Amino acid sequence: MWIRWIILCLPLLVSAALALTAPAAGRRLPPRTAAWMLTVAAVVAAGAWVTALAMIGLTFVGQIPQVAAEGRWSPHILAADTPVDWPVAAACALAVPACAVALAVAAWRRGRAMVDAWRECRDLPTAGDLAVIDDPVPTAFALPGAPGRIVVSSGMLRALSADERHALLAHERTHLRHRHHLFLLALQLAAVVDPLLRPLARAGAFALERWADEQAGATVADRRLVARAVARAALAAKRVPAAAMAAVGGPVPQRVQALLAPPTPLRRNLAFAFAALMVVCCASLALAAHDIDRLFDAARSPR
Amino acid sequence: MSEQESPTAGRRAPGELESEVLAALWAAGAPVGAGAVREHVAGDPAYTTVLTILSRLHDKGLVTRERAGRGYLYAPVRDEAGHAAAGMRDLLENGGDRAAVLARFVSELPEEDEKLLEQLLRGHTED
Repeated sequence: MWIRWIILCLPLLVSAALALTAPAAGRRLPPRTAAWMLTVAAVVAAGAWVTALAMIGLTFVGQIPQVAAEGRWSPHILAADTPVDWPVAAACALAVPACAVALAVAAWRRGRAMVDAWRECRDLPTAGDLAVIDDPVPTAFALPGAPGRIVVSSGMLRALSADERHALLAHERTHLRHRHHLFLLALQLAAVVDPLLRPLARAGAFALERWADEQAGATVADRRLVARAVARAALAAKRVPAAAMAAVGGPVPQRVQALLAPPTPLRRNLAFAFAALMVVCCASLALAAHDIDRLFDAARSPR
Repeated sequence: MSEQESPTAGRRAPGELESEVLAALWAAGAPVGAGAVREHVAGDPAYTTVLTILSRLHDKGLVTRERAGRGYLYAPVRDEAGHAAAGMRDLLENGGDRAAVLARFVSELPEEDEKLLEQLLRGHTED
């Protein structure tokens, strides 16, 4: 019985291990690799989490007489064989629709926020991919779309030198060109489904900023220049109180320090180990699914 | 992806240079000639290229120009009513979902980080 219990709970445990080790792995990898691995890990971990909850919940739902009659298995044999106590299984069964509702609400709110942003920026005059807002408050962001746009306030442009402006634009173009908003969306929605993934989602958002920083460093052929641009932009934004608000992006000093330090080497062993953990996560899910299948098969055949 | 690794202005896509000319005009803060604009665009673009872009921006209605001697002084068209600025502040200050969907260049800065950043900035502008 306890082996069965372990097999059923294994996907939850591996998913949690993935969620908890990912931020540390992400810090030790080059930003582009880190962003990809963290995003895939978020999707794998969230998927395994919900599927495992659904499978455990199924052992409770299967004991409901009407469901058992429909599926032609014995609710008594199922109740006797299942390793999970019914209150736990019932809680899992309830958690799945709760996750689905939370996911739908979060996706809808994010979609609406994006439409609001597009509506606001639609009529801005654009040169190339740049729209300038006549506003002393220094702000800059990338607005994804077809085509994507870089929106920068005149206050931000005045705070930076010509080279630094070039670095800023290169940074934002990387966000648009590599569709970083999709990575961000996957990370944020995964964290809605499984709150354990919140640190991973934050680490992923930070890796995306670092990716854009490093690409900008390659474009302007000077990583220190990008560090200076990021630092100056953050300080300029700080001087205007209205600009102090929560946003993605992650801690600025860490970004600046990373740009001033030598580039992070690709630790192949770490990347491989982390990828292996994702594979283990999927394998544990397959194992649990197989076991659930056997559980129901046993309840179906007459003893 | 070699095209985005290029540090030189000449290899930039035309749209990208157009963005940077507009950015330089806004940064100038007062009407400037094409020569001054060129100096404030990274990567040393050709004077004629800058002139072409400026007249294209003028045609699009993003830039005004006034004759000064043999050339023109250029200035970006300002949004006097401030509608765009108000809309954008509203968009970003609401925080939460709206701020979360937009990848912003810099996030908020706590007090202690400000000091650290100023140190980093000083240390690396001197050398």
